[in-house]
Amino acid sequence: MKADPQAVLTGTHFLDGDKACCEGAIAAGARFAAGYPITPATEIVERFASRIPSVGGTFIQMEDELAASIVLQGAVWGGAKAFTVTSGPGFSLMMEHIGYAAMTETPCVFVDVQRGGPSTGLPTLPAQADMMQARWGSHGDYEIIALCPNSPQECFDLTIRAFNLAEEFRAPVMFMMDEVVGHMTEKVVIPAADQIEITPRRFTHRSKFEYLPYGTNGDMVPDFVPTGQGYKFHMTGLTHDERGYPNMTPQAQDQLVRRLQKKIRAAAARITFFEEEGTENAEVIVISYGITSRVAQRAVELGRARGLKIGKFRLITAWPFPDEQIRRLALHAKALVVPELNLGQMVREVERAAAGLCPVISVPHAGGGVHRTDDILSALVEVMP
Amino acid sequence: MQLTEIRIAGFGGQGVILSATILGRAASIYQGLFATMTQSFGPEARGGASSAQLILSESPILYPYVTQPDILVVMSQEACTRFMPELKDGGILIVEQDLVRISALKPNTRVFSVPATRLAEELGKRMILNSVMVGFFTGVTQLLDRDAVARAVADSIPPSLRDLNLKAFSKGLDYGLSQSATVAGGEFEDVAYLED
Amino acid sequence: MSTLNPVEPLLRSDRLPHIWCPGCGIGITINCFARALIESKIDLDSVAVVSGIGCSGRVAGYVNLDSFHTTHGRAIPFATGLKLANPKLEVIVYSGDGDLSAIGGNHLIHAARRNIDLKVICVNNLTYAMTGGQSAPTTPEHAVSATSPYGTFEPPFNLPHLVEAAGAVYIARWTTFHVRQLTRAMSEIFKKKGFSFIEVLSPCPTLYQRRNKMGDGLDTMKFYKEKSRIRHGAPTSEVGLTLNGEIIVGKFVDRDRPDYASLMRAQYVEALGDRYVECRETTCN
Repeated sequence: MKADPQAVLTGTHFLDGDKACCEGAIAAGARFAAGYPITPATEIVERFASRIPSVGGTFIQMEDELAASIVLQGAVWGGAKAFTVTSGPGFSLMMEHIGYAAMTETPCVFVDVQRGGPSTGLPTLPAQADMMQARWGSHGDYEIIALCPNSPQECFDLTIRAFNLAEEFRAPVMFMMDEVVGHMTEKVVIPAADQIEITPRRFTHRSKFEYLPYGTNGDMVPDFVPTGQGYKFHMTGLTHDERGYPNMTPQAQDQLVRRLQKKIRAAAARITFFEEEGTENAEVIVISYGITSRVAQRAVELGRARGLKIGKFRLITAWPFPDEQIRRLALHAKALVVPELNLGQMVREVERAAAGLCPVISVPHAGGGVHRTDDILSALVEVMP
Repeated sequence: MQLTEIRIAGFGGQGVILSATILGRAASIYQGLFATMTQSFGPEARGGASSAQLILSESPILYPYVTQPDILVVMSQEACTRFMPELKDGGILIVEQDLVRISALKPNTRVFSVPATRLAEELGKRMILNSVMVGFFTGVTQLLDRDAVARAVADSIPPSLRDLNLKAFSKGLDYGLSQSATVAGGEFEDVAYLED
Repeated sequence: MSTLNPVEPLLRSDRLPHIWCPGCGIGITINCFARALIESKIDLDSVAVVSGIGCSGRVAGYVNLDSFHTTHGRAIPFATGLKLANPKLEVIVYSGDGDLSAIGGNHLIHAARRNIDLKVICVNNLTYAMTGGQSAPTTPEHAVSATSPYGTFEPPFNLPHLVEAAGAVYIARWTTFHVRQLTRAMSEIFKKKGFSFIEVLSPCPTLYQRRNKMGDGLDTMKFYKEKSRIRHGAPTSEVGLTLNGEIIVGKFVDRDRPDYASLMRAQYVEALGDRYVECRETTCN
């Protein structure tokens, strides 16, 4: 279906990433947001609080991030599309409810505008050090979807995609911004509402007599049930069967947890978005994401000007990780170079996917700023055969 | 246009961020250029100081920060002292002349001065000094199309203050067009290079 | 032919037997809850029950209503989202003392402050039962628990006093001995708009009563009968519980103040006038 024209701010704007993310959420149909003030993410819900009363929806500022990350799930079961936004310390507090959303198959979006950590770290300065937390932060086995925008335009476009993926897979989606992307202002083109494709919630067509809350229709994603319509369903964070009833057996656990993982993994080829350029004949390929991908791009251009054969690969989807694409690159590249604003997180995934086919070089940065172009360039030059 | 790095700095309430937003909007929306604006957060933004970085280019902007501004606009003494060392050799320095006394300069700096606050006060509202400054910037740098900037001013200001700000813009523009640069010479005082 | 128990349609009989111990009071509270639903003739399709974690947290799993078993302590914020997104729902939070007042204590006071239109039924067995009888913020001083083998010394919360100070519009306390009064109180809160709170004192013979040598479920009923004194309108500051002392029960608070949704609407209408788009029901597109 298409976006609601009353809600979409069609036009050409000069917006920062935080505001663009908010507009993306509204365009995607988000009518409920919850937040707790935190730098550098809070501008997203500040804008939502200002915009939503004249769109038709609710913003609530909760008492903490624990509350924010669960009130939104109540709203989802009440029928809304909902999201919350935070940064590192708040993201840490939200971990339990990311697992709850995964387990109960509650479609929702968690935005993390990453700042330097650990702990309070650098509230106003960037990092990309929550990438593994986004994947593994909640306890237990589950699969996650995470997207990484590198511009305000992408904050708009990919937020819509995040909501759509959440609905399609009935899963929480992590929207992994960083402080630079969140606070950077650039041109953002918001298309007409009829140009914006929205994934509606998969409400069941079955009657209450033949409906199973966690029964699937072949694609491993159960249809959603509306609250207040007489279905009298039960949902729980306990291991449950197709009826949604607790079932404390290894068999039920195996069936449920494998399905939660498989519904996303099986679709990985379709939902791992990436940008690839000049990798065919490249000797060295730089792999990056978020704001670092722009600095890396600059390094690639400077390197090419010197005659070096450098390719670039940008992760737009961080999770599920594009294993196959990275393996393909590793098959012919002499080396893969991975700059990121952390001391080596996604580089481990690149190493795993490359499986020893070529060297993988980390270019770490502890955060608080971005790499100097030269730091990436010299790493590229150094590994040139 | 070649990639042009601009820093605008002053203190809170002078419309520093708004000035950068207007120029960025003019460039990216009305002139088909690329513009990336970042505000300074963190220690740099403490003590009432305010600073914005704006990068303009004909091609996509990759590196998000200003490293060595081609143009530095300073509206406070503190900003001048702090950011002067960054200015590129041969760059443009624009100062609020009543608030900034230049004591050190890099060689070949082209300096333009404007009593933006006073001009704004003459129009009846001190807070529109940022529109005067945007007009002056447009006049002296000739970097952006004046109509594009005027439209961006109009876009960025609430309707009730729009006309006044457009007047302020014109006043700053005219003042700028009448000025010629003072080129800094021998008074250069060596300052340590600060890496961004 | 046997006559059907009137509360049976309100239970998920396909999930029975339940997990609760012999003598546990939670079942009694559900019986009262079901009867209150029947007596109040409320549209059952519009009722949603939200529970946290713990023995009482399992209530959501046994009532034949739209029901949500959430995370530990977070039943109230989940219920808040459910109610705000779908104001037509009658949202009941059904959980235990540890869940609501310890790990969920912050949400309890803030929901009362906001006056979210939620009905909270707090089954207070004075302990963490599901995990083996540890001390709770409600455990009376000197009671023995798994984590206070020599007796507790932390002063407990007086829950009615706490939620009154935070802003609840209806506050009552009953025990599982007072089934008629409890049923009536549960019916009353369906008519209240705003944050309503019923504390139900309920035995945990397996852990709390055993450790404190208070006998079995029946002994506890006798204890409740002997020690309870009905004092409607009692100042909540005077209703704190002790290990063996008097149990003040009754309806302590019944007042009106605008609930969150009304306040939100009023503020937006004042600030935005015609530009305010009221969100009656969030339909998900």
